[in-house]
Formats: sequence, structure tokens, C-alpha cells
Amino acid sequence: MKTDIILSGVGGQGILSIATIIGEAALKNNLYMKQSEVHGMSQRGGDVQSNLRISDAPISSDLIPLKKCDLILSLEPMEALRYLPYLSENGWIVTSSAPFKNIPNYPEDSDVINEVKKVKNSVLIDVEAIAKEVGNTRCSNIVLLGAALPYLGIPAEYIEDAIKTIFARKGEEIVNMNLAALNAGRGESINRFHD
Amino acid sequence: MQKLLLLADEAIALGAIDGGLSGVYAYPGTPSTEITEFIQMNRDAQARGIHSRWCTNEKTAMEAAVGMSFAGKRSLVCMKHVGLNVAADPFMNSAITGVNGGVLVLSADDPSMHSSQNEQDSRYYAKFALIPSLEPSNQQEAYDMAYYGFELSEKLGRPILLRITTRLAHSRSGVVRKEMMSQNKTSFPNNPKQFILLPAIAKKNYADLLASQSKYVDNSENSPFNTYYDGDNKKRGIIACGVTYNYLMENKELINGSPILKIGQYPLPRKQVERIMTECESILVIEEGYPLIEEMLKGFLGKSLKINGKLDGTLPRQGELNPDSVASALSGKKAEPVVIPEIVRMRPPALCQGCGHRDMYEALNAVLKQYPEAKVFGDIGCYTLGALPPYGAISSCLDMGASITMAKGASDAGVFPAVAVIGDSTFTHSGITGLLDAVNENANITVVISDNLTTAMTGGQDSAGTGKLEAICEGIGVKKEHIRVLVPLKKNFEEMTSVIKEEIEYQGVSVIIPRRECLQTLKRKKKQ
Repeated sequence: MKTDIILSGVGGQGILSIATIIGEAALKNNLYMKQSEVHGMSQRGGDVQSNLRISDAPISSDLIPLKKCDLILSLEPMEALRYLPYLSENGWIVTSSAPFKNIPNYPEDSDVINEVKKVKNSVLIDVEAIAKEVGNTRCSNIVLLGAALPYLGIPAEYIEDAIKTIFARKGEEIVNMNLAALNAGRGESINRFHD
Repeated sequence: MQKLLLLADEAIALGAIDGGLSGVYAYPGTPSTEITEFIQMNRDAQARGIHSRWCTNEKTAMEAAVGMSFAGKRSLVCMKHVGLNVAADPFMNSAITGVNGGVLVLSADDPSMHSSQNEQDSRYYAKFALIPSLEPSNQQEAYDMAYYGFELSEKLGRPILLRITTRLAHSRSGVVRKEMMSQNKTSFPNNPKQFILLPAIAKKNYADLLASQSKYVDNSENSPFNTYYDGDNKKRGIIACGVTYNYLMENKELINGSPILKIGQYPLPRKQVERIMTECESILVIEEGYPLIEEMLKGFLGKSLKINGKLDGTLPRQGELNPDSVASALSGKKAEPVVIPEIVRMRPPALCQGCGHRDMYEALNAVLKQYPEAKVFGDIGCYTLGALPPYGAISSCLDMGASITMAKGASDAGVFPAVAVIGDSTFTHSGITGLLDAVNENANITVVISDNLTTAMTGGQDSAGTGKLEAICEGIGVKKEHIRVLVPLKKNFEEMTSVIKEEIEYQGVSVIIPRRECLQTLKRKKKQ
């Protein structure tokens, strides 16, 4: 297997926490992995992305070539579109539907959403609303990760285990809330898939 | 064997710890910061008492590392590429003194200027100083080079430059750890004059450095970090260095049986280069940064073998390479332009909502409306973002500390008001000496030290001047009544504008210190 993922969002939204969970899952299951991150100036509210590559064979480049990305996983819909040149023909976009407006010239919400919908395989999810239902908007990232589970190319149990490991020191309640968030996101995504 | 998921920065830190490190010396700078932070947090490093406190700037860091080497122990100096300019004096001269304990100088380059002012290539510094350098292609090599680097430094008697680029520094992958080496005991140089660079001694040392060059080439030729992969297709040979080797391998189907020379240690391995140049009809050089190898192979007249690379446009001269630019170099097909949907807008970074720098710029801009001739000289830190809308507040950003000295020079040229805006950490890094120049000439400048009590841009490291800024300014000779401390909050807007106006009107050096903790560090503290 080989999955090339671009994580995107706005600096401060926390795309790296998603990467950490996928990374833990990959490493524990002896998969190869490379994950290129953005640190520094753009973390101050600029556009940020992370290239995450998982494979059962050694990986060469830290960067994903154009048109080779299997999944764009985004915490912001316009940011998902920024990496469209990297998406492969059959690749998926899974993105939060909530615009993050910290620039004066942000386009019309509906225009952004329609542009995402034009992509053959796209899933738009109101992650914050779902996270709120589960218990806490701070789980939004995990809801998004859950929505991406069908397209990650690695078993859901790996991700569940990784969440258990990473949140273990925060207590059982937090672990369960994050697992619930993961499942809620996953359920939402599967429903969309069958629409 | 257990694999650890590490950034190359972290792999270097761990490699150095396991390689017998006794002290890391550094000033924060993207993309090198995480090395020192890792050592600060690491339990083994703590158990071994490894020095890891931040230094005031890269020059003090480099000198302290040489001091530790003098005492026989292994030291690591870390900086971003432009930091090496600040440390250039001790760096160049440490090549002449040589080392006692091993010294690794880590310089992290930033092609594409993700978080920097230029794209300078640190390999030139190693060549300039006539010392060997190492360039890892992946996280494991980053670990290995730091691990073996001290031994190499001690064996060759010189500091070794370890060069990485942003892409590798901030990319994670699995790393396997080696057994920890013991730390060196204190010992002094056999030759008691080794570190005394009086001309008579420096001449001897320099002669020795020159005579050792062939030894360094020989070491490169036998280095495990330089590898020759032969191929049947001699129409084209490929030389790839560091991280570019990964982009080459990403395009395996385009390599077409070419022999490949992978470079990880400099000076260039002469034998291998000679072989690839003799056996192949042309050479494609793939290197991140400047065309260092390409220029060397081409020679002044460019009449050698056909060499393709950055000089003839086969690869882009500016910006970092990627699998697509390398694919296009291999195939000869022009890369398709990257078309981002039209609806996507630029999203530049900005000062955080509620940040004290914002209140400072609001007040400064309000006052300067009354002075259409005013010029504000900026510096390096979060507050450089004051150049962007909505503030458009600064006219310059040259290097660390230049706000004060550029304001002085402009004032000398007749500019009034000449205002400098500098952060607390940048001020202690390189602003103090400039302020002394201004005081000595009673220059008519207003210096704003926007103090957020941390080194914010790089993630909130300790700032060397915290709690000392007024005393430093006064000690240099700024008059006490013209050192004005403010709390940059909306409710204090009136006070701020009147103080700024008063100090602009004062004929001489005044320092205004708006002081409020960085929101990011505050948030982190609350979480803990």
C-alpha cells in the first residue's frame, strides 16, 4: 500500500495534531513514513500544509509530486483547493466546510463550497458541529480524521490504537471522547459516500 | 530495533547526544530551532549534564563551542544559514585554530525562503573555511552524521560543518538509534599555542590547514556518505547531493540506467567525480541551493564535458527543488505550470489578534501621521509583519539589529523622524552595539524595543534580555528620562501616543519599551 496525503489549513488550526496520530499509527505497524511540516512564520495565521506519505515500501521524497496525492485532508475549504494541482485523478478531498476568514478578500462562502463540490471525489463536513455533538469542538480535528478513514489506506483500528496511545496520559474520558469524535466523522463520511 | 519518529532536526540532536556531546550552543532560528529544544527536553542529555541554554547570538554560541572544544569536550553549534554570517568571524578562525574536542557546526539553509531573508548556501562557508562538510539526505543519515561527526572532527582536527535544508529539517521519518558513546574528559591541546592566533602562529596553522586538504579529499573518497551507483547508460551521469537524492529516486523510471554519484560529504570525492566525468558523456548535477558543484565541474571557461544543472536552466536557479523539477530535468520535458484554482486567495501570515505588537503599531502609526517625512526601520521577528496591511508601518528589514543602525544612518543623512522598531531578543542579539553607536554620537533617533518577553517568531524561546532591557540601555548611556516603558493595550492608546510624540520631539536617542507578554507563550504557560 501507499498513501500520499496533503494536510492543509490555516496556521494555528492544528493540522500537525492529525499528522501525529497518523504517524504514530504508521510507525507502530511498521509502515514507512515521511512527513514534511511547516514551522516558522506561516504558522502565524498563514496557509500551512504538511505532506504525509505512508507506504509498506521505503519512501524516497519528503514531498509529494504533482498529481500524485491520494487525499487532501483540510481543516479549511479554500485551503483544500490550494493543493488541487497535487491531487491525483482518483484522489479525494475531505475538508471542513467552515471557512476561516482572517483575510479581507475571502471569497463568497458558497463559491468556495461549490468549487470544492466540482472536484470528482470530495467530502465536505461541518466538523465543528459534529464535534460539538460529541462533546467538545476541540475534537474537530479528530472528526475530520474520522471522515478520512475510508481513504487513508490503513485500517481504522490502527488509528484508534494511536488515539488511545497519544491521549492516554490525559485520561480515559478524553480518549473516549476522541474515539467518539473519530467514529462520528467516519459515520458522516460513509453516509455521504452512499448519498 | 525500535524506530523513533523524528524530524531531521531532532535526529541530529539525538545523534549528537549519543555521539558524546557535552554542550550545544545556539540562537533560535528557523529551521534549526528544534535541535536545541530537543536537547533541552531530552532525559539522557539532562542526566549527562549537557549544556543547552540559549545563547545571545550565533557568534557567542560559536565561540563558547570552541571554548568547550579547547577543554577537550564535544560541542555542537546550531543556527540558521544567516546566523552563520553573524558567527562567521569565529567560524572562519576556528578552521585555523582547529579543534581539540570535536566541533559540529550545524547550519540550516532555507531555499525558497520559507522563513528567511535569503537563500545562501552554507556549503560555500565550509569551502571558504577549507573544512569538510556533511549533508544528509534523510533523517537516519542526519542522525548518523551527527553521531559520527565528532569523531571525524577529532580525527581531522577541524570543525565539521553539517548542512541541512528546511525540507529535511522539518520532515519526520523513522530513525534507529545507536549505542551511546561516552563523553570526553577534560583535556587540553597538545600544542599549547594551537588556539593563539597571533600572526606567527596563525601562519603555521594555516599552512597545516592547506597541507591537510588532500587528506580531507581522501577521507571523502572513502566516506560511507559518498556512494557510487554504476549504471550501463553512460550517455548521462547524475550527481545528486543531500535531499535531492530523494527527488531523483522518486523518479526512478526516468533515470534510465545512468550512473549516480550520491554526495553526502565534502570536499568532493575526487576519484568518484573523475570516474563519472570520464565514463559519461554528460553530467546532470542536482543540488539544493547554489550551483556549487556545477560551477566546480564546469570550470571558468565551461569548456569541459557538457554539464547540466542550474546554470543552464535545466533546474531552477531559485527556490528549493522538488520531485517535479527533478523529473523535468531528467526527462527534458518542461514541467507543467502549477494551476491553482482562481478562487484561492493569498493568505499571508499576520500578527496574532490581541498581540502587543499590534497596539504598538497602532499608536506609532497614529503619531507618525503628523510626520509625513517619518521613516520606520524594522527588524527581524514577528513584528516584521508590520510591513503588511493593515499597518504598512516599516520601510526596511535587513538583518538582525539593523533597525537601530539603519535609523542612525538615515538620521545622519537628514531623515526626521527616524524610528527603529526592534524586538527584545533581536535587541540583545545584535542591537546593543548599534545603540551604543547612536548614543556616542547623540543621534536623533527613537528606538522602540517591542518587548514580548520571549523569542516569539521561532516558538517562544527564552530571551537573553528579559528583565534587563532598561538597565542595558541606561548602561550604554541612554538618558534615564528617555527610556519609557509602556503597556501596549488599547486602553493605554492615549498614553502611548503622547509618549511616542514626546520622544520623537526629543533631540537625541530615546528608547520606548512597550512591554506585554507574547500571547502564544502565555497560552502555553496556561496549558501547563
